[in-house]
Amino acid sequence: MDMLAGKIKTTSQNLDSAMNPTDMLDRQIRLTARDVTVHYGTKQALHGISIDIPDRAVTAFIGPSGCGKSTFLRCINRMNDTIEGAKVGGTIKLDGEDIYSPDLDVVELRARIGMVFQKPNPFPKSIYDNVAYGPRIHGLARNKSDLDEIVVSSLRKAGLFEEVKDRLQEPGTGLSGGQQQRLCIARAIAVGPEVILMDEPCSALDPIATAVIEELIDELRENYTIVIVTHSMQQAARVSQRTAFFHLGHLIEQGPTEDIFTNPVNKQTQDYIMGRIG
Amino acid sequence: MNALIVAGVLLVLLGVSYQTGWSKSRNLATANGVKVHSRPQYHGSYSAIWTMIPALVILLLWAWFGGGIARDYAVSQIPQDTLLALDQAGLNNALNRINALASGYGVAGDVAPWEQAAGSAVRSFNFLTFAGMLVLAVVAGGAGLVYARSRITARLRARNTVERVISLLLLACSGVAILTTVGIVASLVTEAFRFFTFINPIDFFFGTVWAPNNAGGANHGQYGLLPLLTGTLMITAIAMLVAVPVGLMAAIYLSQYAPRGFRAVVKPFIEILAGIPTIVFGFFALVTVGPFLRDFGNAIGLNINATSALTAGIVMGIMIIPFVSSLSDDILNQVPRSLRDGAYGLGATQSETIRNVLLPAALPGIVGAFLLAVSRAVGETMIVVLAAGNSPILRGNPFEPVSTITVSIVNQLTGDTDFTGPQSLVGFALGLTLFVVTLCLNIFALYIVRRFREQYE
Repeated sequence: MDMLAGKIKTTSQNLDSAMNPTDMLDRQIRLTARDVTVHYGTKQALHGISIDIPDRAVTAFIGPSGCGKSTFLRCINRMNDTIEGAKVGGTIKLDGEDIYSPDLDVVELRARIGMVFQKPNPFPKSIYDNVAYGPRIHGLARNKSDLDEIVVSSLRKAGLFEEVKDRLQEPGTGLSGGQQQRLCIARAIAVGPEVILMDEPCSALDPIATAVIEELIDELRENYTIVIVTHSMQQAARVSQRTAFFHLGHLIEQGPTEDIFTNPVNKQTQDYIMGRIG
Repeated sequence: MNALIVAGVLLVLLGVSYQTGWSKSRNLATANGVKVHSRPQYHGSYSAIWTMIPALVILLLWAWFGGGIARDYAVSQIPQDTLLALDQAGLNNALNRINALASGYGVAGDVAPWEQAAGSAVRSFNFLTFAGMLVLAVVAGGAGLVYARSRITARLRARNTVERVISLLLLACSGVAILTTVGIVASLVTEAFRFFTFINPIDFFFGTVWAPNNAGGANHGQYGLLPLLTGTLMITAIAMLVAVPVGLMAAIYLSQYAPRGFRAVVKPFIEILAGIPTIVFGFFALVTVGPFLRDFGNAIGLNINATSALTAGIVMGIMIIPFVSSLSDDILNQVPRSLRDGAYGLGATQSETIRNVLLPAALPGIVGAFLLAVSRAVGETMIVVLAAGNSPILRGNPFEPVSTITVSIVNQLTGDTDFTGPQSLVGFALGLTLFVVTLCLNIFALYIVRRFREQYE
């Protein structure tokens, strides 16, 4: 355990010194996690995760299946609260505010930290209502035209508006897989989040739809803090600026994506990237 | 005894034939080293099929025609002059006595010599025919087995044959359900038509007075359906008003809010409620709920009868709560977790998620559960017999006693019935009406479910 903590310290020191001035220095840290642990019943799924996530950049979590990357992602917007028997320890702060503090309103937190899931999960409602759902429950629009504007601009930002503008009243479930996933991204954007969490957003999509989503993620980076879990190392390399490698519930190594892929410090990271684990 | 022997013989046949096919197949495989098309089990089943079908056909033929042959033989054993002196009932009685003597049960009163003689003749006849039939079945089965064994070669496609026979067997089983339905409907329709030869259908369907003359005679009485139909619908409506909100909310609590341990205890309890016989609910209505409602009505200045549509409706509502809650609970649990996560991920509260996402997604199934409960309520009898007051008068006040279609069927068909007059035949017309009402509800339910499916998926 001590050794591991030391390892994390050295890697983050490495990162600090390795930060490219044009890439990292002007970015403030939005999310800080310290010693985060997760237990599902008696089974420990995460062991002391500490990581800083910068603003307006894409941070990718990579690692083999079952390594805890999705579990950690779900800690960030407290989605683990909905799983019976899940217990989260340690601290996670968003802009310095502890998100597991008893004073914090989890509904408000999830409005600030949006989430896109592994499988596109549009609600059984029209395209319009899917996007309007979040603004409605949070009272973001004063009147119908406000709401229309939010819906249209969210669909635009998600790069879906041109494809669906003539059929906003048709069910969202009638779209193709890639369109559904962009609808889910629009739905998340519509609430006006600061952070967007994406849990393997392309794993159910074909390569063309994946390329579209990846392009979209790259555009969204200018306005949002994005954390993406992916099992595709190529995807992490393409879309992210920072990468964290998880293995068996431990955070093994983190740093600028380029360094992780070209010059990993840790032997396990190296093995994973070379395709020897996972 | 005979049934046991038949079952034993059939089992032996089954075992022998399966074993024969199986071992022949094994020998084929080991002897030639050739590739056998089917596995030995299939060859075993193949020869078992060829053995069992002829044997069963003979047994079935005997089951159908054997009774008639035995009866004819018994009649032939009655002396001619005695036979001529017997009327139909006397003949039946004589045959019963002969059969009782033949099977050794003994009969009441003195036994005439000819009865004794006929009895022992029938006894030996029965023994011989039974033995003959059994031998015939075994021979037929054996012939089938020999044929099947001769057909078993490496290239025989036994697997395909066996699979085909199994699919035919499954088809026959589903055919039983269909044939039963068709048969019941056909008998309802023909008997209802006989009823309509006595009573004009217009007087039946639109009549407002229900006053059958059960004494018989030229005056049949009046058979107006409307008082019964309104009673049925009123009680059903009250029952649904009780069951739907309570059942649905219980389902929402159980599937979304309840801790796992609580759910594990409560769900079986609710299901036990569904297992209570309806007659027990009837007592409960009569002894507890009815008097309570009457006293409650007195206290607030309402005149509520102890046996009324309200009493029956409330108790019936309680009875169908488990149908609504258990089905809705299952349906809510089937809504994919990803939808719930999606709503939570947007910052929806639990109740927002349930109202805006879960219920719309589960709606088709929930509507189906409601309509199933309605069908159940429409057809329910025992609670209504005890608690609704059995008063077939057309009125709209739920505090007054009413009667329903089911109760009237019970009233018309209990006791001595000969199905020659409208007094008892009306039961079929009422049954047909009830059947059509439930059928329409089911069709409506299917329509609703389809409509919403199309919209949501």
